[in-house]
Amino acid sequence: MVDVPVPKEKWSGKIGTVAVGSSPAEGGSRSSRLMLGGENGMPFLSYEGLGQRQRLAGEVLDSIDGTPEMSIALFGDAVNDPVAWALRWKELGADIICLKLRSLDPEGKNASIEDAVQTVLDVLKAVDLPLIVYGCGNQEKDAHAMEAVSNACAGERVLLANAEENAYKSISAAATANGHGLIAFSNLDVNLAKQMNILLADFGTKLDNVVMDPLMAALGMGLEYSYSVNERIRLAGLMGDRMLQTPMCCDLTSSWETREATEENEAWGDATERGAWWEATTGLAALVSGADLLIVRHPRSLEILQDAIAELRGE
Amino acid sequence: MATAIEIFKHLPKKNCGKCNFPTCLAFAMQLANQKVKLSDCPFVSEEAKAKLEASSAPPIRLITIGDGPKKIELGDETELYRHEKKFFHPTRYAIVISDLATDDEAEAKLQRARDLVFDRVGQTLALDMLAVRNDSNDPAKFAAMASRVSRSGLPMALMADRPEAFRQAVADAHLARPLLYAATASNVGEMAAAAKELKCPLVLRSDDLNALADMVETAKKAGAEDLMLDLAPARAKDVVEKNTIVRKNAVKKTFRGLGYPIVLNACGDERAVLKAMLSTMKYGGIVLLDDLDPAHALPLFVLRQNIYTDPQVPIQVKPGLYPVNDPGPDAPVLFTTNFSLTYFTVMADIDKAKVPAWLLVVDTEGLSVLTAFSAGKLSAESVVEALDETSAKEKSGKGVLIIPGMLSRMSGKLQELSGLKVVVGPRESSGIPKMLKSGQV
Ligand code: B12
Ligand code: SF4
Repeated sequence: MVDVPVPKEKWSGKIGTVAVGSSPAEGGSRSSRLMLGGENGMPFLSYEGLGQRQRLAGEVLDSIDGTPEMSIALFGDAVNDPVAWALRWKELGADIICLKLRSLDPEGKNASIEDAVQTVLDVLKAVDLPLIVYGCGNQEKDAHAMEAVSNACAGERVLLANAEENAYKSISAAATANGHGLIAFSNLDVNLAKQMNILLADFGTKLDNVVMDPLMAALGMGLEYSYSVNERIRLAGLMGDRMLQTPMCCDLTSSWETREATEENEAWGDATERGAWWEATTGLAALVSGADLLIVRHPRSLEILQDAIAELRGE
Repeated sequence: MATAIEIFKHLPKKNCGKCNFPTCLAFAMQLANQKVKLSDCPFVSEEAKAKLEASSAPPIRLITIGDGPKKIELGDETELYRHEKKFFHPTRYAIVISDLATDDEAEAKLQRARDLVFDRVGQTLALDMLAVRNDSNDPAKFAAMASRVSRSGLPMALMADRPEAFRQAVADAHLARPLLYAATASNVGEMAAAAKELKCPLVLRSDDLNALADMVETAKKAGAEDLMLDLAPARAKDVVEKNTIVRKNAVKKTFRGLGYPIVLNACGDERAVLKAMLSTMKYGGIVLLDDLDPAHALPLFVLRQNIYTDPQVPIQVKPGLYPVNDPGPDAPVLFTTNFSLTYFTVMADIDKAKVPAWLLVVDTEGLSVLTAFSAGKLSAESVVEALDETSAKEKSGKGVLIIPGMLSRMSGKLQELSGLKVVVGPRESSGIPKMLKSGQV
C-alpha cells in the first residue's frame, strides 16, 4: 500500500492571542473571556494546529442612516434601539457585540459623547457578551469619544476601534489606560499592516492587545486583493515576523454596499438570500485566508458562518 | 520541468559528444530548456528515460472534458497560493440530472442551466457542465437521458457504477470526452479499462488517500492516464485539509502519485454551497451539484472570478462614457478609472444618489486612481483625450467635470486643457451622493 505523506509545515512563528471581554473572574461582568488567534499553521489545517476558535461579532448601529434596508430588516424595530438589537444578536448566537457609534458623526446626527457613552453602558448592562466599540470615523471626535468609552468600560476588556496610521496615539493611550484591546486598521497592504503594528509597538502598546484589520474588500469589490493580503500576512507571521503575528479581524458589512448583493433582479434569485450569502461568502474567504474575528450584519450570514466555523474545525 | 542538475544525474556521463554537445552537462542544460530531445543521446537507459519523463510531467495532470469552444480544462496548476503566480484553471460547476427524472424535471434543470448566465465586469459567468446519473440501473435509459442532455451543448459527466452503462451512453449519445464518474477500489480495474477504450477521463473515488493512490496505480496499469480524484470529504474540514494535502504534495513534489485535479460530489449534501465555495478557494476542480439556485450561483461564480483573477493583471472595465440614472444634456460628467473595483464603487455611489450623471471611464490599464496617477497612467492629457473620444462635451452641455478628490492637484491643468469647469469631488466616492444632491454642481 502506498503511504501518502501529510505535508505538514514546520513554522518557526506562531500567531499571538488577544483576549476580549472580562468575566467576573477577571474583574468584569461578561459571561466569559474569549481568546482570539493562537494559530500554529495555515487556516483550518488541524494537522498544523487550529488555534482558538474564530469568532463572530454582530454589528449594532446607533444610527441606521444610509444602511441598506434589506441588511437589517430581520431585526424589525430593534434597529432603533441598540439594547434590543444587541439582545437579538445574543439570542441568534453571536459571540461578541460590535457597537458602532455612528451617531457621533458631526456631519450626521452629531450626538454628544455623553449620549453615545450612555448607549455603550446600556448595552453593556443588558447583554453580557464581550464588546467591540467603533467611533464614527471623525478623528477628532473619536479621540475624545474613545477616551470616554474607555473610562466608562473600565475592567470590561473592550476592543476599541480604530487605530489608524495618522490617528493612533490617543486611542492607543485610551485603551492602555484601562486595559482594553485595540483594532489596528490598515489599507489592504502587507507592509502597511506591519507598519501599523510597528507604530503601535513603538508607542508602547503591547501587541497582545492588538487585533489587526487589514481591510476586507467585499466579494466582487476587490476580495481577491484582501484574500492574498491576508494570506501573506498570515504566512509572514508563521515564518516568524513578530510584527505580523497579531490576530486578524475582518469587517464583512461592506458587502452590503455591493450592488449585486441587494439589487432586486428576477434572474439573480431571492435578494435577501443572495445578500446574506454575499456577506457570508466574503466571510468564508476571510476565514480561509486567516481571519480570527468577523463582524457581520445579517442574521442569516451569522448562521451560515457559525456553521461553517464548526464544520471547518471539525466540531 | 526538471532542472539541468536533476536531468544530468540520469545521463550516462560519457561526455562522448554524440548528442552534438561536448558534455553530458551541456546537453542536460539544453534539455532543461526544452531545446533538444532526450532521444538525441543514444546511451540513456530505459530506466533513466522513464524517470526523466515522469519528473518532467506537470505536477498536476491537465485533463480535458468535452470538445469544442465550451470544453473544460483542469489541472496543470503550479501554485499553493494565488499571489505566488496565479491559479490557472478555474473550478467548474455541474448540475446533475437523474435518468429517472420526469420530462418536466429534466426540462427544469436544462432550463436552469440556460438561465445561470451572468455578465459581470465584461466577463460571462455561467454554469459549465451537466451530469447524468444512472439511478435507473438501466443502461438504455441512461443513454437516452445522456443523449437528451447532450443537446445542451455543455460538456458532460456520466455518473454510473458499471462500465456497461458508460459504454452504452457514450456510444448511443455520441458524447465527446465526457467525464466518467466514478471508479471505486472494488471496480477500478474494469472501469479504467472502459475509460481507456472510450478515451474518456475517469474519476477515482475513495475517502482514504492511501487507497486512492493505490487505485491510481491500478488505473494507470490498465491504461487510463486521464484521471481525476474524488476525496469523498465527509465534512467541510475535509475539503480544505484533503485538497491541501493533495495539492501541496503535487506542487512541492513531496508525493507525485496523486497529481490529478479534484472532483467534489456535493449531491444530497445540505452544505453543498458551502463546500462548493471551499472547493473554489482550495484547489477544487469540478463540483457536482443537485441544483444551483441563482441566489447562490451569483456569489459562487463571483467568488471564483475573484480567486482566479491574475494577481498581476487586474480585471478591467471598458473605457467609455457610461450613463447613470438616465442623464440628459444638463447632467454633469464625472470621471474615474477603468479598474473594475474603482469603477464599481463609483458607479454604485452615483447610482445611489439617484441623480442623473455621465461617468467617464478613463483607460488606466486597470489601475485605481492613485496607483494610476503615480504610475503615470492617468494625467490631465489622458482625461482630455477620453473626453474627446467619447464626445462627452456634446452629450453633456453642462460644462462641468467632477474629478476624484485624490486628484485635486490635477484640477488647474485639466481646467485649462479641457475648457470645462473642474470641480474637485470628495476623496471617497461614498461622498458623491451628498455632493450631487446638494445641487452645488
Ligand atoms: C492595491 C494597490 C496597488 C495594486 C494595483 C491595484 C490596481 N489595480 O490599481 C498594485 C500592487 C499593482 C499597486 C502598484 C503600485 N502602487 Co499602489 N496601491 C494599492 C492600494 C493598496 C489600494 C488601491 C486601491 O485599489 N484602492 C481602492 C480603489 C477603489 O480606490 P480608488 O481608485 O482611489 O477610488 C476611490 C477614490 O479615489 C474615489 N474615487 C474614484 N473615482 C472617483 C471619481 C470621482 C468623481 C470621485 C468624486 C471620487 C472617486 O472613490 C473610490 C472609493 O472610495 C493603495 C494604497 C491604499 N490603501 O489606498 C496603493 C497606492 C495607490 N499605490 C501607490 C503606488 C506609489 C504604487 C506604485 C507606483 C508603486 C508602489 N508603491 O507599489 C505601483 C504602480 C503600479 C504600476 N503599474 O506601475 C501609492 C500612491 C501614492 C500617491 N499618493 O500618489 C498608494 C497610495 C500606496 C502608498 N501609500 O504609497 N498598487
Ligand atoms: S550523447 Fe549522451 S553520453 Fe554522450 S555526451 Fe551527449 S549526453 Fe553524454
